[in-house]
Amino acid sequence: MNRSKWRSVAGELRSSAFGIAGIIILVLFTIAAALAFLSPHDPNALNALERLKPPNADHWFGTDDYGRDYFTRALYGGRVSLTVGFASMILATGIGVIVGVVSGYFGGWIDNLLMRLVEVIMSIPSFLILLLLSVFLKPSVGNIIIIISLLMWMNIARIVRAETMSLKEREYVLYARASGQGAFGIIRRHILANLMPVVIVGATNNIASAIMMESSLSFLGFGVQAPNATWGSMLNNAQGLIAQAPYLAVFPGLFILLTVLSFNVLGDILRVGFEPKLVRR
Amino acid sequence: MNNAKTLVEVRDLKKHFAKEKDVWGRTTQVLKAVDGVSFGIRKGETFGLVGESGSGKSTVGRCLLRLYDYTAGEVYYDGQELSKLGDQELRPFRRRIQSIFQDPYSSLNPGMNVLELIGEPMDIHGVSTGSARRDAVAELLIKVGLKKEHLSRYPHEFSGGQRQRLSIARALSVRPEFVVCDEPISALDVSVQAQVVNMLEDLQAEFGLTYLFIAHDLSMVRHISDRIGVMYGGRLVEVADSDELYDNPLHPYTQALLSAIPVPDPGAAAKRIAWDRSSWSGEGVALREVGPGHFAAIP
Repeated sequence: MNRSKWRSVAGELRSSAFGIAGIIILVLFTIAAALAFLSPHDPNALNALERLKPPNADHWFGTDDYGRDYFTRALYGGRVSLTVGFASMILATGIGVIVGVVSGYFGGWIDNLLMRLVEVIMSIPSFLILLLLSVFLKPSVGNIIIIISLLMWMNIARIVRAETMSLKEREYVLYARASGQGAFGIIRRHILANLMPVVIVGATNNIASAIMMESSLSFLGFGVQAPNATWGSMLNNAQGLIAQAPYLAVFPGLFILLTVLSFNVLGDILRVGFEPKLVRR
Repeated sequence: MNNAKTLVEVRDLKKHFAKEKDVWGRTTQVLKAVDGVSFGIRKGETFGLVGESGSGKSTVGRCLLRLYDYTAGEVYYDGQELSKLGDQELRPFRRRIQSIFQDPYSSLNPGMNVLELIGEPMDIHGVSTGSARRDAVAELLIKVGLKKEHLSRYPHEFSGGQRQRLSIARALSVRPEFVVCDEPISALDVSVQAQVVNMLEDLQAEFGLTYLFIAHDLSMVRHISDRIGVMYGGRLVEVADSDELYDNPLHPYTQALLSAIPVPDPGAAAKRIAWDRSSWSGEGVALREVGPGHFAAIP
């Protein structure tokens, strides 16, 4: 990616308070998750005497129904949720872009094959695929990332395919073909860079759904196994106690919300920054 | 000029597109974009190809560039038939034959700067690299009336006419012999059109280029072309030297096209000849020589 593109992204960022806030939030969350071990509490230590304590000086976010320190659990949970969200986004976007570009650029039977595959996967309820995959894959963060990515790449593939089909008819692509540029050279030089805006939008949306999907996986018991925490599983566990201890739902909910929102805002800034300028300003 | 050797020869070129396909992928309806076109282009001349939208003139250009595999017929370039060549064998021809497209906005990748844009064909054919490439690009920029300082600029910083100059510089960067100009001036203002056409002529003289100049109106084509072919409905209906075509058009479609050239005279509009497309089917009327070097598809 060339320097002027990054300059343009930096320019967009500087003029957006939300963008700066988004970066600060994500950096803060990442540092907090990385430094979770500094917490004086053990995230999984039970304490029957300290059950459902509201936030106080010792337990900043209170304690859950097993008396575990909620703040520490939120820190450790953030590790998993942020890792899963980000890694699944990268993996799903990677698969989606490859499938979409190949399908859109080469067309013909390859396109038919790949798009029918996408339709088949999309038409099977994700729950069924989850059940099936969980038989073969043991629950671990790595496998969760794989499962989520396999459920998420189709939307990106479709968007990328449509955009590729439009890009390959541009005259600069015709010129490159007429000049003897090979298919991979054209994809590298002319297609991929101009796909950036649509890919970024799809990818940031995927982070949000990956974090949510991880929580439903945890809920079904295929996710990170208890007693280890994730934001998703914390939110799910809080459901039954929402009347007694609403803060149990508020904290993980707030973190998921802020993370998803920050990624979306940043995605928008990246998209605008990368969008090729077509006319003089 | 008449004795110059033929560089490009098109023989009975046909390009049919599948308009509709059935469930099994078999073509049920065919669009005959180009339906039996033959002409030759001599080395060093400019052959103008005119016709309305959908007449197949751009398809002919794209067949010559081997962007399409044609349905039938042959295209000889310097004695070599192009349709049977594989990608590797075609490579040298892809340097010798270059192209300029119509849309100054979509013919330049908006994400590449001038050096990358004009350097692209040089990279493909390994013409030059590094600072030699940079110098060559800078020299080309000056040749097409732009400045060396434009090297690191992006397409959105240029006007339509300047972008066409960039396209021209890009086509010339690998020292081609033959340039397919697919409506290079149609999207430009009239004043800019003349500048670009004059520049194309100057460059032709300097580099000994041969042009196929595709356009949809006849006004600017006469100025640049040595000979002109008029296309209608996928066929050539008339081919002649430009002056002969303008002075003595024989096919009714050519007459209609010529009468549609705007004349700065309010009374001239009355002289416009209407073209009745239902009156001419073209089937069975072959192009025949009606005068020296003048061919027309008239009974």
